[in-house]
Amino acid sequence: MRIEGRALVLGDNISTDHILPSRLKYQVTTLEEMARFVLVGVSEDMPQRVKPGTILVAGENFGYGSSREHAAWALKLSGVRAVLALSFARIFYRNAINIGLPVLTIPPEARQAVGDGDTIVVDAAEGVVELPGRGLRFHTEPLDPLLRRIVEAGGIVEYVKRQGSLPWRTA
Amino acid sequence: MTMAQQILARRSGREKVEPGEAVAVPVDLVFAHDGTAPLLIDVLEDMGLSIPSPDERRHEVYFVIDHAAPSPRTGMSKLHKVMREFARRNSLRLYDVGWGITHVLFPYEGKVRPWMVIMGADSHTLTMGALGAFATGAGSTDVAIAAVFGETWMKVPESIMVKLEGGPLPRGVMAKDVALEMVGQLGPGGANYMAVEFAGPGLRHISMEGRFTLSNMTVESGAKTGLAPADGVAQTWLRERGVEASFPPLEPGPEGSYRDVLPIELNRMEPLVAAPPLPNNVKHIAEVEGTEVDQVFIGTCVNGRLEDMVAAARVLRGRRVKEGTRCIVIPGSRHVFLEAGRMGIIQQLVEAGCVVGAPSCGPCIGGHYGLLGPEEVAVFTSNRNMPGRSGDPTSRVYLASPLTAAAAAVEGRIVDPRGYL
Ligand code: SF4
Repeated sequence: MRIEGRALVLGDNISTDHILPSRLKYQVTTLEEMARFVLVGVSEDMPQRVKPGTILVAGENFGYGSSREHAAWALKLSGVRAVLALSFARIFYRNAINIGLPVLTIPPEARQAVGDGDTIVVDAAEGVVELPGRGLRFHTEPLDPLLRRIVEAGGIVEYVKRQGSLPWRTA
Repeated sequence: MTMAQQILARRSGREKVEPGEAVAVPVDLVFAHDGTAPLLIDVLEDMGLSIPSPDERRHEVYFVIDHAAPSPRTGMSKLHKVMREFARRNSLRLYDVGWGITHVLFPYEGKVRPWMVIMGADSHTLTMGALGAFATGAGSTDVAIAAVFGETWMKVPESIMVKLEGGPLPRGVMAKDVALEMVGQLGPGGANYMAVEFAGPGLRHISMEGRFTLSNMTVESGAKTGLAPADGVAQTWLRERGVEASFPPLEPGPEGSYRDVLPIELNRMEPLVAAPPLPNNVKHIAEVEGTEVDQVFIGTCVNGRLEDMVAAARVLRGRRVKEGTRCIVIPGSRHVFLEAGRMGIIQQLVEAGCVVGAPSCGPCIGGHYGLLGPEEVAVFTSNRNMPGRSGDPTSRVYLASPLTAAAAAVEGRIVDPRGYL
C-alpha cells in the first residue's frame, strides 16, 4: 500500500476540537460542509492550506478528544491522504481506519526531518516513510494486516458491503 | 490478569489473553446519542444493513437524546426526528428529551452490570466501567457494526493501576479532585490505548457515584476503559437499583500484571482545578484563587449525580449566587432531578439564584444553552476545557468539583471551597 503526498506539519496534541470545533457540529450538518472548516481550530488559514494530496505530519497524541467520526471524515473529505504522527489517540485511530484514512505512527527522527511542502512517500505494508527530495528513508511499524485490509477496502463499511462479512471473521 | 484482561478473556471464551492481541468479543449494550446517532443511521443505510429485532439479537441497542435536548434549532430538531423515526422502525428503545445523559442514566436505570462489554458512540462511555463493565467509546462505524452483529474486535490493552491509599477524603475534597490529580499526573496521552483500573485500600472510601466520576475522566488521559472492581460498594448500589443478578467476583490482578502503578493518597488530597486549555493542566486551588468568573455550570456526566447536587446545595443553601455571575445546574438524569427535588435541593438551588435546567449535557459541549461569550471565564464541573468547546473560542473554562464550582458561584471568583462548608 503506497501513498504519496505533500507534507503539512502540525504540533502535539491536535484534538478533534482543533480539527473540527464541536460548536460547528451543531451548525453545519453535512460532512462536506465540515471539511470546509478542517483544522480551523489550529489557525484560521488551515482550511486553505489543507489541499487534496496532503499528508499530515503531527506530534504526539493526534486526534484526542471527542469520539465523533466527523473529525476523521473532515480530514478525509478535504483530501488528506494519510496522517503520520508520533502517537495517536485511540478512538481517532480506530475511526480513521474504519473510514479508510491511513494512519501511521512514525519515529521522532522522521518527523524532525519533514518540512512543510516536502514530498512524502509512504509504504504502509512495509512500514517505510521516504522523503525523496531529501534522500531520506525511515522505518516505522507497518500497518497491521487486518487494519490494512480495512483501509484498502476504503473502510469497514465498504468491506462489509463487498464481502458481506466482518473483516476479523475472515482473518 | 488485570481486570481488563479478565473480562476480555472470559468474554472471548479464552483462558487467558495477552496485551496487544486482538480478540473478537460479544457486545452486550450498544448506544448512540443525538450527536452520533445520525451518522450511525447513515452508516447503517450505507451498509444496507439493519439492526436485528429485539427477539433476534442478544445485545441491547439504545438511542438517547441528551446532547442538545430539548432541541435549540430546527436543524437539530430534524436530526432528533430522524432518530425517533429510525427507532420506531427498528424497535429500538429511545430515551427522549428529559431522560438525561446516557452515562448517568444507564447505571440508574439498572442497565449496567459487571463483566458486560459496552460500546457507545461517545468518548465518555468509560464512565460505566465504574461498575466493572468493559465500557468503551467508539465512532459511529464501530458502533454500527456492533449494533448489527453484536460483536466487535478489541486489542487487549495494557493496564495502569491507580492505587488509592489512605482515606477517607478530607473535608471539601471530592472524587472529582482525585480524578483531576490522576489526569494531571498521567497527562493527555499517559493512558493511551490502556485500561485504567482503580484499586487499593482507599477505594472503599469512594462512593459508587464518586467512582463514576473517576472512570469518566480516565479518557482525558486517552484510556480505552476505566474499571473499578465489582466490590461490596458496587453490589450494594446495584441492589438498591433492583439489579439482583449474581456475578463472579471481579478484582484487580497482582500489581505485577500492570504496566504502571500510580499511587494517590486520599487523605493528603486538596481541592484542585484544571485551568484552560487542557483537563491535564491541573493546579492547586490556591494558584488560581481570585480569578473572576462569569458563569458556573454544575452538571454533566462527570458530576451530574445526586451526590454532586447534594454537594452544590451544601455550599449554596442559604447563600446567593453573586450578582453578575450566572450559575447553571443541570441534574444528569431524571432520577437525579426527582430525588434532588424530593430532598428539597432544587428549591434551595433556585432560591440561591441558580438556573436549574432539564437533564441534558447543557453547555458542556456547546450544543445547547449556556454557551460562553467572548473572553468569558467559567467554572464547570465537566471534563474538558479545550478552546471553544463550550462557546466562543476566546472563552476560558476551569474544571472543578461541585463544591469548588458552587463556592465560585457564591463569590463570583474562584475560591477555596473549604471555607464554605
Ligand atoms: S456531559 Fe459533556 S462529556 Fe458528558 S456526554 Fe455530555 S457532552 Fe459529553
